[in-house]
Amino acid sequence: MFEKLFSPEAVQQALDVLKTEIPFGIWETVYVTVLATVLAAVIGLPLGVLLVAGDENGVRPLPKPLMHVVNVIINLLRSIPFLILMIMAFPLSRVIVGTTVGTVASIVPLVVAAFPFVARLVEGSLREVDGNIIEAAQSMGATPFQIVWKVMLPESVPSLISNFTVAITTVLGYSAMSGIIGGGGLGMIAINYGYYRYKYLVMVVAVVFLILIVQIFQTVGTKLTVKCDKRLK
Amino acid sequence: MIEIKHLTKTFHSAGGEVEALKDISLTIKDGDIFGIIGMSGAGKSTLVRCINMLERPTAGQVLIDGRDLGAMSEKELRAERRNITMIFQHFNLLQQRTCLKNVCFPMEISGMKPGDAKRRAMELLELVGLPDKANAYPSQLSGGQQQRVAIARALATDPKVLLCDEATSALDPNTTHAILELIRDINRKLGITVVIITHQMSVVEEICTHVAILDGGEVAEQGTVGTVFSSPKSAAAKRLVFPNGEDELVSDPTVEQRVRVVFNGADATGKPLIATMAQEKGILVSILAASTRGLDGKAYGSMLLAVPGGKEQVGQVIEYLQSVPGVLAEEV
Repeated sequence: MFEKLFSPEAVQQALDVLKTEIPFGIWETVYVTVLATVLAAVIGLPLGVLLVAGDENGVRPLPKPLMHVVNVIINLLRSIPFLILMIMAFPLSRVIVGTTVGTVASIVPLVVAAFPFVARLVEGSLREVDGNIIEAAQSMGATPFQIVWKVMLPESVPSLISNFTVAITTVLGYSAMSGIIGGGGLGMIAINYGYYRYKYLVMVVAVVFLILIVQIFQTVGTKLTVKCDKRLK
Repeated sequence: MIEIKHLTKTFHSAGGEVEALKDISLTIKDGDIFGIIGMSGAGKSTLVRCINMLERPTAGQVLIDGRDLGAMSEKELRAERRNITMIFQHFNLLQQRTCLKNVCFPMEISGMKPGDAKRRAMELLELVGLPDKANAYPSQLSGGQQQRVAIARALATDPKVLLCDEATSALDPNTTHAILELIRDINRKLGITVVIITHQMSVVEEICTHVAILDGGEVAEQGTVGTVFSSPKSAAAKRLVFPNGEDELVSDPTVEQRVRVVFNGADATGKPLIATMAQEKGILVSILAASTRGLDGKAYGSMLLAVPGGKEQVGQVIEYLQSVPGVLAEEV
């Protein structure tokens, strides 16, 4: 597979793609990933709060059947492989963006796949908050809303940022997969050249850029986490 | 005044029902420093959480100035909790907020204007002796300093009652002493009723006026610290006062009088008190129990003496001991 990886033609073509398609691919990958993760967070964050606050021992217990339904839906969405979810999300994409293929349409399944994941991550972050601190807030007369808004969320900011980084890198991986349904970006370049046309060097170049983007996201995320955590100094 | 009437709390768990508190009745008067002492698992923490309804009692009432907390709605209860604040063993400060913001927190949630809250928070940090730590985060502070911030936070809403849940159990003896001094100061200056939950005898001896001994979810004994600690009646009280077992034969209360001596910062580097008394006054006393500690060259704790020879002799002993600064003596 890799014997002619560095033949002069292959290198020439890779350089061409590097100049023409890669820059736009990077842009598309980054904006799809960021937009999808932010949208997933918009849905997932309140859902995660609901999972913790509405729990039997939470600050505002909700009816058990309701919590059960929410949990089942999240598990259900999380158990569908992304490749299948992309296809299953076609009707939804059509309703929301009017089409089922292309870069914008790929954002819909990405959000659908990512928000239950984000909800679980948020749930994990919020459960880490020391129960004694919550009890202290209750002893001061804080309402459930105040406990969520002024205690649980601010206290778990470092963990939330850390988990948001996990989410964004995961969505980046998914977005590369959405090249299959015409979602643009580095993933599409890698699939088009590497899988359909056997131009492996181009694929490798695209993958290298994906790795670089993940590295940047992770480094920035880790730095921010440490910077925000007032427990560490 | 806090009145606890026939309070019972039962926990339901997988292993069956656990009766944490059984028919507890206590009255805590305004301005008291009331100690609730007991071994681990005696129900102390549950009891203190029932006072502010963090735990709802299974039966019985908690009345604060005649108002029944159990009958209040969640909203009324939240407002009432500003009058009954709490400090904790592990301080429970918000880790991501500065000390100033921590002290502001209760005022913030009660809807006070940020400017006013900040001004009051600064005053309180000065009161607890940490004005310079306003912008520090809790993790940058020692345990004692964190507890001071927690105390400032607990005072923010001008409470009538301060509940202390093992507030000094995570601190070293010197820091414990300093924190207790601060609590005593607050009790005196602001007239706040203090309820102290602890398993440490020394804490009760040092600052409490009244004590209740909790054993197996029941009040084994209660009264003034002097009475309970000098002539404990219940088995649980005896266990606490004489951890190595009391020997009744050492002193017969019908023949000898008992005198309780409290050291509250007496000069420990001076003369040997009891021996000097024997020499100067010719009164020979037995020491039935003693628990004293030196902190910064001063003595704290208490001693229980048996004095032979009737009322007159006792009077002499008390007079002699009282003449030493920082020593209190009373017949019990």
